[in-house]
Amino acid sequence: MSRLLPFFAFLLLATLLGFGIWWNSSHDPTAVPSPLINKPAPAFALPKLDDPAQIVSKDSMLGKPYLVNVFASWCFACGQEHPVLMAESKQLGVAVIGYDYKDEAADAKAWLAQHGNPYDMVIADPSGHTAIDFGVYGAPETFLIDGKGVIRYKRIGPLTPDVIAQQLKPAIDALQKEAP
Amino acid sequence: MTPELGQLALILALLLALAQSILPLLGAWRGNRALMAVARPAASGQAVFVALAFAILVWAFLHFDFSVQYVADNSNLQLPWYYRIAAVWGAHEGSMLLWVLILNVWTVALALFSRQLPDVFVSRVLSVLGIISVGFLCFILFTSNPFGRLLPMPADGADLNPVLQDPGMTFHPPVLYMGYVGFSVAFAFSIAALLGGSMEQAWVRWARPWTNAAWGFLSCGIVAGSWWAYAELGWGGWWFWDPVENASFMPWLVGVALIHAQAVTEKRGSLRAWTILLSLFAFSLSLLGTFLVRSGILTSVHAFASDPRRGTYILCFLAFVVGGSLLLYALRAPKVAGGRAFALVSRESAILIGNLMFTVAAAMVLLGTLFPLLGDALNLGKISVGPPYFGLLFPLLMLPVVLLLPFGPYLRWGKSDVPVLKQVLARAGIAAAACAILAAFFVQGQLKAIAGVACAAWVGVGVVLYIVKRAREMPRGRRYPAEMAGMLLAHFGVAIFLIGVLLSESLSVTRDVRMSPGQVAAVGGYEFRFDGVTQTTGPNWEAEQGVVTVTRNGAPVAVMHPQKRTYTHEQIQTESAVDPGITRDLYVALGEPMDANHIEGAWALRLYTKPFIRWIWGGGLFMMLGGFVSAADRRFRVKRDAEATQTITTPAQESRA
Amino acid sequence: MGKALRAWVLLMLIAIAGVAMAQAIDPLPFRDHGEELRFQHLTSELRCLVCQDENLADSNADFARDLRHKVFELMQQGKSDAQIKQYLVDRYSDFVLYDPPVNTRTWLLWFGPLLILIAGGCVVGYTIRKRSRADTVAAPTDNGDDW
Repeated sequence: MSRLLPFFAFLLLATLLGFGIWWNSSHDPTAVPSPLINKPAPAFALPKLDDPAQIVSKDSMLGKPYLVNVFASWCFACGQEHPVLMAESKQLGVAVIGYDYKDEAADAKAWLAQHGNPYDMVIADPSGHTAIDFGVYGAPETFLIDGKGVIRYKRIGPLTPDVIAQQLKPAIDALQKEAP
Repeated sequence: MTPELGQLALILALLLALAQSILPLLGAWRGNRALMAVARPAASGQAVFVALAFAILVWAFLHFDFSVQYVADNSNLQLPWYYRIAAVWGAHEGSMLLWVLILNVWTVALALFSRQLPDVFVSRVLSVLGIISVGFLCFILFTSNPFGRLLPMPADGADLNPVLQDPGMTFHPPVLYMGYVGFSVAFAFSIAALLGGSMEQAWVRWARPWTNAAWGFLSCGIVAGSWWAYAELGWGGWWFWDPVENASFMPWLVGVALIHAQAVTEKRGSLRAWTILLSLFAFSLSLLGTFLVRSGILTSVHAFASDPRRGTYILCFLAFVVGGSLLLYALRAPKVAGGRAFALVSRESAILIGNLMFTVAAAMVLLGTLFPLLGDALNLGKISVGPPYFGLLFPLLMLPVVLLLPFGPYLRWGKSDVPVLKQVLARAGIAAAACAILAAFFVQGQLKAIAGVACAAWVGVGVVLYIVKRAREMPRGRRYPAEMAGMLLAHFGVAIFLIGVLLSESLSVTRDVRMSPGQVAAVGGYEFRFDGVTQTTGPNWEAEQGVVTVTRNGAPVAVMHPQKRTYTHEQIQTESAVDPGITRDLYVALGEPMDANHIEGAWALRLYTKPFIRWIWGGGLFMMLGGFVSAADRRFRVKRDAEATQTITTPAQESRA
Repeated sequence: MGKALRAWVLLMLIAIAGVAMAQAIDPLPFRDHGEELRFQHLTSELRCLVCQDENLADSNADFARDLRHKVFELMQQGKSDAQIKQYLVDRYSDFVLYDPPVNTRTWLLWFGPLLILIAGGCVVGYTIRKRSRADTVAAPTDNGDDW
């Protein structure tokens, strides 16, 4: 019996490796799940892109759920995501805030002017410091924050019609059911 | 037309490999000499066709045949000819072809040098090697064809990854594969022995030189890889515990255990089942390494582009080869512990303990490497396992080995005299303590450095004492048989390696500095003066080249030229400047200009002094040499007649003992 | 995995590969050499999330630079190594630590090798005991050649 031990150990190993192949073909290996889900969003105070004198803060956003979409003019995948947002942002039922990440204001404005602006409001974080508090590590990323300021859902990578229909919409619907 | 010939050659090689794997095995089973005789010609024929395919791919690279997709992807018109040859194994498809070519080199070498072995045994061994070859040839032909066409043919190709455009990289993969694949020979011997039952007791003796040589190559390949990472990746580190590095390190660790276990089995008849199991493990881990590198299931700096189809294929092949061989082991491994008895204080016991530590170390590396995957599987969240984990557990596991090492040669088979060992303990202990105290004056109380010197003295003095003892006691000519000389070299390599690792880890100084031309920075007792940046060009790159003049107490030491290269396709690559030395390396890497528009101004530089870092690779090379010297022992090359009689008598003697 | 996502991953990898091999040289105004050493040690044990498998100290990725500067900033504020690690773990999960904490999830990782060692040690101990009792072990008769 003990002679079979190496064989069984190998079976376990092979199962794990097989799982690895399956897992990698169905998951993004670079996505790191955020520990901030269901935790209060970090406090932030960022200027508006088109009017830097106006500061948007977490407190000013309390009361209604909203979506924060991290984008940048230098980000190629954001360009792929953009048409999806253009088509669907108005039907989501929540405010969509553009979060311009580590970008020159002029570049971002030109980019939005060229591709269209799906956002209700755009805030700018040129240094990327606040983004660290949100656990952002690339663009695009999208956060769903509820009326109490709690992060309820995070998407790493571009939103697609499938992702919106299968993940984001249900999350928003759940929020609106909770709301009094 | 020629690339299609390459593919045709591979198909013919596959057919011959099929013949080589099936017919001799049948022959050995039915006792049919004609079928067994197929093995050698089939192996040679296969090697010819694989070599032909390889040569055609080299030719395509040398002649810029961009109609071949693989060539177009990995070379361009500016790439110098030597890197065009290295580009053959610069990416997945070509490196697989190199893998198979090297398997054929080993197979042909075995076919040539095995004339004194029984035909039945050799047939089985060559069949097993043939099966492995079939697996990899199918892999190449069905998933990774290097001869695929790209039409219309582009005017110029892409580029070989600049990281690979380095002398270390031309050298590292072939040597590493020599090691990886070399373990297939010990594997094939074990399978043949399992198939043949207890008949071929002497197989371990025949397998030993092959194992030692493969292990020597693997050591050399790992050293070359480590050196390449140090010089080319520009991080100044020599080992990162990256999954791909671990993949080459696990077979090496098991190889160490195997080499020692084989010695016990050959000389004393003990541990027969364990030796077989280790042979299976060593090659299985080599295959596992291939899987890990090419399936992309682990995140690594070195991984090839991931492709689930390739991963699935290798996994199936792995399951067949490793699962099959372990099942065979379960069915056929010797049931009774044979061999002669041994006392607690004996060489067998010491080797057993060493084997335990090396096996556990390999298991630890495997666990740490695969744990992130296990985390996904068991839903434990994403977890990183890195240098702090391995760097803590590995030295702990190796400590008993280092402590036992000086006694190794003094320990006798069966039962040892204790007084001799006490003498060694006293002498090596005093030497270690003396060196530690001496070192303490030089290293400012760095405990790690002191421990390094003490351990190295402990091991080194132990080895030297034994060399002196042999010189005193034995007549000239019989003092150091090659097998023993190899052992002494490899053990001495451990001492050198320990100095290198522990001193460089504890005494290295790293500084990132911003320097204007003329400015001086002091690092580790050296003054580095930055003398500005100029433009320079190479065959396929342009570079900004810094000039750094190093002095020590005003006396000139070196002028160094770190570069920041921009290759043909805009890839940026740092070329660090290294001033090598026996007691220290000076290392300068060029970062970015503080103002991109003014390269004549201030730059960011990284300056290192790395004491004794070269001893790490020096130690590795000693170990490699040990493997080769042992493999060359004349005892392993006995004439056919003598061997034949021994084959018959050895088992009888063993069973009586 | 959607096509767009796959493209995103691929592009991200390409973007990373493009910069990864350039140097991460980042002179920072340390107060003294001790602080510099502490910084080097700390950043070498933190993982760059966007890289293939690199630590913060070695990575030239833009994002790694941001995190390095954050670590530096926190050090300047007098935060301890543990606090800095916790700060990053709160935002990026345990994945940023190359030195995984010992907890129920990593129990197997940290103590697995010990279990294997104990099991193997028992087998070795048993083997030596059995073999040293099986026969009366012959006294050393080697003439030195059979070493």
